[in-house]
Amino acid sequence: MSCDFSGTLLHAYLDGELDAMRAADFERHLETCRECTATLGAAESLRSSLQHAQLYETAPAGLRKKIRAELKVSAGKASGSSVAAWRWLAVAAAILLVTGVAWFALPHFLATSMQSSVTSTEIVDAHIRSLQAGHLTDVASTDQHTVKPWFDGKLEFIPPVHDFMDEGFPLLGGRLDVLGERNVAALVYGRRKHFINVFVWPTKEPDTPIHPPGSRQGFQWVHWRHQGMEFCAISDVSAQDLHELAQLFIK
Amino acid sequence: MSSTGQGKGWDVLDSQDRARFEQLVLPHLDAAFNLSRWLLRSRSDAEDVAQEAMLRAFRFFRGFNGGDARAWLLQIVRNTCYTWLEKNRQVELMTEFDEDLHQQSAATPEALAIAGDNRERLARALETLPVRFREVIILRELEGCSYKEIASITNVPIGTVMSALARARQRLQRALTQPAQQEAPHEL
Repeated sequence: MSCDFSGTLLHAYLDGELDAMRAADFERHLETCRECTATLGAAESLRSSLQHAQLYETAPAGLRKKIRAELKVSAGKASGSSVAAWRWLAVAAAILLVTGVAWFALPHFLATSMQSSVTSTEIVDAHIRSLQAGHLTDVASTDQHTVKPWFDGKLEFIPPVHDFMDEGFPLLGGRLDVLGERNVAALVYGRRKHFINVFVWPTKEPDTPIHPPGSRQGFQWVHWRHQGMEFCAISDVSAQDLHELAQLFIK
Repeated sequence: MSSTGQGKGWDVLDSQDRARFEQLVLPHLDAAFNLSRWLLRSRSDAEDVAQEAMLRAFRFFRGFNGGDARAWLLQIVRNTCYTWLEKNRQVELMTEFDEDLHQQSAATPEALAIAGDNRERLARALETLPVRFREVIILRELEGCSYKEIASITNVPIGTVMSALARARQRLQRALTQPAQQEAPHEL
């Protein structure tokens, strides 16, 4: 295998486990790497076969009943001992140790890409979730002076809130959201008849320029870091529109 | 700190625990059964092991910290399956996990789509994979687990999940596009 990515990152990309920036990078890599394109095609085809083959086997009807009955008995007299508890703890400690050691051996880029960052799947999911009726905004206002103070006390940081009505991106409101296990601010902008979510959360990483766009399931996103904040703008509008909006944030 | 803490907290589960367990954990019985069935390659063994795992989970229920109940249960199911395999089919666990796979699969998506079209064929190919490859495929493709969940269920770092999936997919593709007689999996 000549391309290193086809046996590693490609799968994280396929599974939506890369963060927004790296997913976009990988798409750019795909444009020029024939091997990855072929491998990805094969992996996608395998996935759809697996998902269509109805391989999932559900428990036989009687099993749930049987277990219920056993639980009933067990709930009365279940017994263990503190020895068992200690043994369990020792196993847990051993596992932690092994996991810890293995973790340090991992290349750094993986650690940062897959552990600490928000994955593209999470961003797409959050965007789709927000489009369900009544979920788009917690505070609906086109006034930045209403939206900004609304976040006050709800988050441990203050997101930059600006209305870009004159530039064609009216502010529609804001909302609290969760990406991964992180609380983030979501700013909602309109673009013609479409919605754009701009997710904002604090970062200690240095500023980055607006990253070339990534896409999944018909949604596009762009990602950038600016003055201690990390941003990801996602929508079904064109990548160019998103880039334009991102530039307004950096100005 | 209370004097009842140790004895009651760990050992004795009451009907309230049972109700909570039935509400939080028991709904994942299908996931428990499905994972067991594919790890053990047998429905009847899976039935026994899934039941045993469920009861074991109940005994440990007070140690459940309220996070992802499915991942917590599947971790116990997996351990129970491995214990069972160790006792009954040790050979399977000895199958080489880190086999060198630098050979690129020549399968085209079209060939794969045709080969993968047949449920029986796909199931057989899946069963020829070493158990550690099989489990990541089941957890990812059938159960829809994230890498993080798979990492916690199988007790490996996230990066290892990714490389195991890469290899597992490659092997599965190969098994699907190779003539059946070359698939003989568990020879020593």
